[in-house]
Amino acid sequence: MTTNVPALDAGAAAAGPRRNFLDVATGFWSWASTLDHKRIGLMYLVGVSLAFLCGGLFALLVRLHLWEPHGTLFSNADYNQIFTLHGAFMVFLFVIPAIPGSLGNILLPLMLGAKDVALPRLNLLSFYLWLVGAALATLAIVFGGFDTGWTFYTPYSLYTEQAVVTIGLAVFVLGFSSIFTGLNFIVTVHKLRAPGMTWFRMPLFVWALYATSLLQVLATPVLGITVLLVAFERLYHVGIFDPRLGGDPVLFEHFFWFYSHPAVYIMVLPAFGIISELVSVHSRKPVFGYKLIAYSSIAIAVISFLVWGHHMFTSGQSTYAMFAFSFLTFFVAIPTAIKEFSWVATVWRGSIALNSPMLYTLAFLIIFSIGGLTGVILGALAVNLHLHDTYFVVAHFHYVMMGSIAVAFFAGLHHWWPKIFGVMYDEFLAKIACGIIFVGFNATFIPQFIMGSRGMPRRYATYVPDYTDFHKASTIGAIVLGCGIALMVYYLVASLFQRRQAMQNHWGGVTLEWHAPTPPPVENFTTPPVVTTEVYDYSTLDLDTMRRPVQ
Amino acid sequence: MSHDGHHAVVIPAPGPEFQPHTVAHHFDTPVQEFQSAKLGFWLFLATEILLFGGLFAAYFYFHEMYPETFRLGGKQLDWQLGALNTAVLLASSWTMAMGVRAAQTSQKKLLLRYCGLTVLGALIFMAVKFVEYSAKDAHGFVVFADLFAPYDTATGQIPWFQDYDGHMAGVPHGHLFFAIYLTMTAIHGLHVLIGAGLILWIMKGAAKGRFHAGYYLPVDLVGLYWHLVDLIWIFLFPLLYLVP
Ligand SMILES: [Cu+2]
Repeated sequence: MTTNVPALDAGAAAAGPRRNFLDVATGFWSWASTLDHKRIGLMYLVGVSLAFLCGGLFALLVRLHLWEPHGTLFSNADYNQIFTLHGAFMVFLFVIPAIPGSLGNILLPLMLGAKDVALPRLNLLSFYLWLVGAALATLAIVFGGFDTGWTFYTPYSLYTEQAVVTIGLAVFVLGFSSIFTGLNFIVTVHKLRAPGMTWFRMPLFVWALYATSLLQVLATPVLGITVLLVAFERLYHVGIFDPRLGGDPVLFEHFFWFYSHPAVYIMVLPAFGIISELVSVHSRKPVFGYKLIAYSSIAIAVISFLVWGHHMFTSGQSTYAMFAFSFLTFFVAIPTAIKEFSWVATVWRGSIALNSPMLYTLAFLIIFSIGGLTGVILGALAVNLHLHDTYFVVAHFHYVMMGSIAVAFFAGLHHWWPKIFGVMYDEFLAKIACGIIFVGFNATFIPQFIMGSRGMPRRYATYVPDYTDFHKASTIGAIVLGCGIALMVYYLVASLFQRRQAMQNHWGGVTLEWHAPTPPPVENFTTPPVVTTEVYDYSTLDLDTMRRPVQ
Repeated sequence: MSHDGHHAVVIPAPGPEFQPHTVAHHFDTPVQEFQSAKLGFWLFLATEILLFGGLFAAYFYFHEMYPETFRLGGKQLDWQLGALNTAVLLASSWTMAMGVRAAQTSQKKLLLRYCGLTVLGALIFMAVKFVEYSAKDAHGFVVFADLFAPYDTATGQIPWFQDYDGHMAGVPHGHLFFAIYLTMTAIHGLHVLIGAGLILWIMKGAAKGRFHAGYYLPVDLVGLYWHLVDLIWIFLFPLLYLVP
């Protein structure tokens, strides 16, 4: 994409060290009160990364506990809390906000050629709401913890003597953080595109964020009122979810999954967006089926509102509803497969550079194929009844949540790291870490597929000895995975101190963010960009600029 | 000069009693700023409707499940007070709309007066609500003093639902109607209070001359919010007071 931006040539070379968004101001307050989308994105990045490490720690504790059939570390009650904490931290504090909050915030205005998101104050509010939510979630641990699973199913969540109200409030607040991010992005995409940036010149990451935002705005309020009602139920016995009081716990499941199925796509669509960018840049080839990928994001968003019942095949809902939900679930596979095939077709005969972001991307493509296809298996009504609430389900959604979404997040982080910070991490270590993560991840969850298909139920603190070998393999895998992630954290953080210069356009991308100086200044572009060519047109790549080191 | 070296866009004040408005740095034109805020606010209103949508879904679900309970429960509500409040809110929506009009035509005093009337409407609404809640309290439909008292699993007695006169005896789960009534009207009442607070904030800005024909965006948005609060009540009133 060419623009009239002389940014890299003029601004950078001339007058001494250029001020970028990182060093334009210093001190705690300059960050805490910033309205710059890039700084807010970085604060999100730190926040969600810490939440991810906490959630990961809980995961390791779960796996270590399951080393022996009778459990090794905790009482059964404590185990219930640990796996609930793992789920709640990962879902609400990491997977949902991670990509939109951090990379989305930093890149969306840059990719559109805008100076900021449309509503910068609301953006900062989103982040503070995230912080409040994180604080409440942590307080809930202090107030006695919660052992309901991340799904807060009634009636148990109404009866348990634990801090369900506090965590409910945390989820409510986090919901509004997510809503405000989505709302902001929708307005930004509609109103702040640079001249010439038509809808079909937008990078696919922007399309993905747009579809995600629609879901955030349209689904999250229902979760908000649902957790609020659970809190009210506990506070003054409304009765609508409590069977003792004439209520219906299955109604809770309907409410909950009406949000939480679309939430799966709130989590995964931004990951799809990252992959769409990366397969193109690292194959130096326009994305195959650009429009189909863009439309398929919207199609997934629409269909995702119609399939929530597939989480409830054993809840006693009507048989005919189950037929419909199962059938509709298969439909999600169509736009999803369109994406997967388009990515593969993009790589095909491309000039593939096996950089670390590309390795993470390839890991995603493999893992997501498995995660997606096992989802179709689970969507089949008869098979679902057999596999319901087993480790097969656990393995399936970890292939999507951890193996696909988190890996895509890592891929994006590696890809845009030199853009954001102007420094490069150790590529050699990055490739090693990617390999360790890939091996560790599969070693953790392939045994879970097998034992799940053989009947191992999820969420149990103990198990029959027949499953011991699978659990041990899974735990070893989790430790390997943990080591890979620790290595990744190490070299990424170390790169900030070693300050090895990155190139201005480190990988040779042509979307607008690579036209901005590296790292970008506060106003993003030195001259407002005007877009005159199609997206992913690599004939426009300016190799001299690309190879110029960052000052 | 803003920090990035571009001149900021300023909308001049139409008179000495008004203030000019500086367009935020990341917008190129006032129209872009106006449209962005407006689109964002409409989306926010959509989330409010969806939030209440959950409550309405619960209402319809239990209305289907226990029609007798809802028929009898609705009879215990005072439809005349409900109608009065509907009239008050409708009138306040009109005063708010007139307030927006006054802002658009740079009539500072008129804007303040109409906003004041709207806040008055909000207060009357809440006062009537208080009278209504007291009556429910007196009949033991909602004993507010015991609202958060623990639930006795042995007797199955909900502490806040006493039904002193036995109006709801003979229908299953009489408390359900009142629980839904209380939850919906209380959350709506909270919105009325927030709306009143926002209008007071508008009045503060209006007194300083911030709003005029060139810039009345916040007045417009708070107006939209107030109409939504009104609209939700338009649905609540017949569902709770009349449908049964
Ligand atoms: Cu689902």
